[in-house]
Amino acid sequence: MKAPVSTAVAIAVGLIVLLGFFVPIALLGNLRDVLLGWAAVVAGVAGLIGIINLVSSHWNKVFKAEKRDGYSLVVLLAFFATLAAGLWLTPAHPDFQKVVTAIQVPVETSLLALLAFSLAYASLRLLQRRKDLMSVVFVISAILFLFLFSGVLPLAGTIFGFLERLTLAGARGILLGVAAGSVMTGVRILLGADRPYSG
Amino acid sequence: MSVEKLIGLGIVVICVALVFLFSILKRPGTSLRTIPAVQKLRRAIGLAVEDGKRIHVSLGNANVLEPQGASALVGLSVLERLAEVSTVSDKPPVATSGEGSLALLSQDSLRSVYRESNQLEQYNQHLGRLAGPTSFSYIAGSLPVIKDEEVYTNVLIGHFGPEAGLMCEEAERTNGFSLAASDSLPAQAVFFAAAQEPLIGEELFALPAYLQSSPMHQASVRAQDVVRGVLIGVLVLGGLARLVLAFLGTGF
Repeated sequence: MKAPVSTAVAIAVGLIVLLGFFVPIALLGNLRDVLLGWAAVVAGVAGLIGIINLVSSHWNKVFKAEKRDGYSLVVLLAFFATLAAGLWLTPAHPDFQKVVTAIQVPVETSLLALLAFSLAYASLRLLQRRKDLMSVVFVISAILFLFLFSGVLPLAGTIFGFLERLTLAGARGILLGVAAGSVMTGVRILLGADRPYSG
Repeated sequence: MSVEKLIGLGIVVICVALVFLFSILKRPGTSLRTIPAVQKLRRAIGLAVEDGKRIHVSLGNANVLEPQGASALVGLSVLERLAEVSTVSDKPPVATSGEGSLALLSQDSLRSVYRESNQLEQYNQHLGRLAGPTSFSYIAGSLPVIKDEEVYTNVLIGHFGPEAGLMCEEAERTNGFSLAASDSLPAQAVFFAAAQEPLIGEELFALPAYLQSSPMHQASVRAQDVVRGVLIGVLVLGGLARLVLAFLGTGF
């Protein structure tokens, strides 16, 4: 078996957390809380390391790569300016929040607008790429629901409201499948079949 | 112990029992049902390795401590398997993620694959990278990877928002292959339209079993199908019971 010690530790911790959630024994519950607290601290440190990794990746693109990337320089400048301002003013300062929001919101809105165009084009291309029943149903239902529930026809939403149950039923079906899959993923990790760690 | 917790524990115990049962009762010659997207993924991996192109695995932005973390853990299993089959390629696979712990785990997975194949000198920490810490910055950071790093095969697997459609669009623009799967409903809808090969619902969680043919993985997919069947049965019976009771005028 690959990395038996770390696998044993992972399985033991997984079992303690699982039993601590289901079984009302104070010792298990306390152990579970301690382990989850440690996990939260480790995840926080991992987030910090991730940011360092992001900066070092862009640093390499600007200063070490054969083909230098101008956009990475913009990322670095924006990062260090935001970091300096955040340290100086603190992230809770209204001026800091105002500046960050004034930059971030328009940029993200532009990306969303781009996404709307991309999706419209992808939907048109879908029938060329996959000529099957599901694609036809997808395109027809997308057009139908947009037409009926966008507010263009005033009473359509009320009259055809029952159609929304179809989407609700489908969504619940998919979510139940996802839930079953999540449980199986947990079981595979608890049994040591999946090991997303090297040890 | 409350009834909900008892049912939850019962489901977990039944799932474990089913996995053991199916791994013991594995009949020779039986195989998993065919998923065409997985066959096309295998072909795309082969093409990428032959052409000296890169495989890009995008792991989403789920926090591994939250319920959505399950899809990210599946993504890490897939990353490990794809890295194993592409170690012979000139270009090592690259993994992008939108969460710090996921980026570290992706580095760890890639490092272990290169260490086991005695090619540790080929590994560098930038192969597993944080593309951006927020949902949009993650997408913005991943697009240059698809465009500029000679990527042919893109595997998007994990928790995404609808904005991940932009990554599929970029893959299309660079004449690459994209397989996309997510546990999020809006992302699944977007992937159905934008990705070349989308996986819907629980197919995401079956992907490691299709890429690694260990008895335990195959058994877990069979157990997953049984659990799904039981859930469908319970829902249909519940619906029928409610209908009958409504006709009888009692209700519940």
